[in-house]
Amino acid sequence: MSRIIVVTSGKGGVGKTTVTANLGSAIAKLGKKVALVDADFGLRNLDLVLGLENRVVYTAVEAIAGECRLEQALVRDKRLNGLVLLPASQSRTKEAITPTQMKQLIARLAKVFDFILVDSPAGIEMGFRNAIAAAREAIIVTTPEVTAVRDADRVVGLLEAYGVKRIRLVINRLRPEMVKMNEMLSVEDVLEILAIPLLGIIPDDKRVIVASNRGEPLVLNPETSLPAIAFDNIARRLQGEKVPLLDLMNPQESWWERLGQYLRKMLARLRRALRSREDKRR
Amino acid sequence: MINRLKQWLGGGVPKSGTEAKRRLKLVIAHDRTGLNPEQVEAMRREILAVVARYVDINPEEMQISIENNQRITSLIANLPIRRSKR
Repeated sequence: MSRIIVVTSGKGGVGKTTVTANLGSAIAKLGKKVALVDADFGLRNLDLVLGLENRVVYTAVEAIAGECRLEQALVRDKRLNGLVLLPASQSRTKEAITPTQMKQLIARLAKVFDFILVDSPAGIEMGFRNAIAAAREAIIVTTPEVTAVRDADRVVGLLEAYGVKRIRLVINRLRPEMVKMNEMLSVEDVLEILAIPLLGIIPDDKRVIVASNRGEPLVLNPETSLPAIAFDNIARRLQGEKVPLLDLMNPQESWWERLGQYLRKMLARLRRALRSREDKRR
Repeated sequence: MINRLKQWLGGGVPKSGTEAKRRLKLVIAHDRTGLNPEQVEAMRREILAVVARYVDINPEEMQISIENNQRITSLIANLPIRRSKR
């Protein structure tokens, strides 16, 4: 039976589309047949992140209306066997299709593909309802920011209410150096608040932006990077493999990072010394 | 001079990560109940009125909070009783 997974977040701009593109590519690399469905009608972007924007002819709307066959609407990724994109229409709005139509469409895809990842639009209105209509599982994408975590909590509640059983979390754009300074919510903080199982952590990395500039998902880049490894690991965890989390808090440091750590340590020591001196005075 | 140095070294003001967690917990607890502050206040008054019919309580000492543990949200009311009316 194929896995139907919605990628959603509530808040916009946290990286749903990037996660969908990279995760889809990573699963396809493992030899599975993957369909990526862009459910962001009117504001489609998955085609652009995947670099397939010039090859979109038909979209999900035409396939639903019977103006083309479903296979005609699917854009095959030439870099990767087994990966296809079902684009959203750009001209029509989220009201162009209904949850029932979406369910039927995905049921047809489920006959052919092992994994169907649905990239949800931001928000919790009609577009979100369409995106989750067929889903049996959900990946919540959040960043370690108060706004994103609050919206994620709301979406988890809605997914539970709509009967989506398996809800797991991806924390995107973590900045370990800020967590160390206690100037960012830690993974543990976010997990304590949201109380859903963790699927993976993606560190903040410039190369993610460079990759979307080029339309080449990071996991397809022969030059490996920490975020790409994180995506590959999530793909394996989705298939039930036990893969330990990357140690983002203690990565290979460069000399200036080590210098920074040394200075911080010295500052902490100085602070302690001052405090004990004050205690003695009392 | 040492005080200035201490101020510069930090301490006192909590780090923003701690603040973020504290504020989020509070706002999410309220989000999950679906109640606005006025409704919470109205509920507080009604609970107080009902309990006051049976036992003697001091409204000043009453504490009501909404808290989360895992995905379960609970309303916690602490109403110290002075003495039973009967």
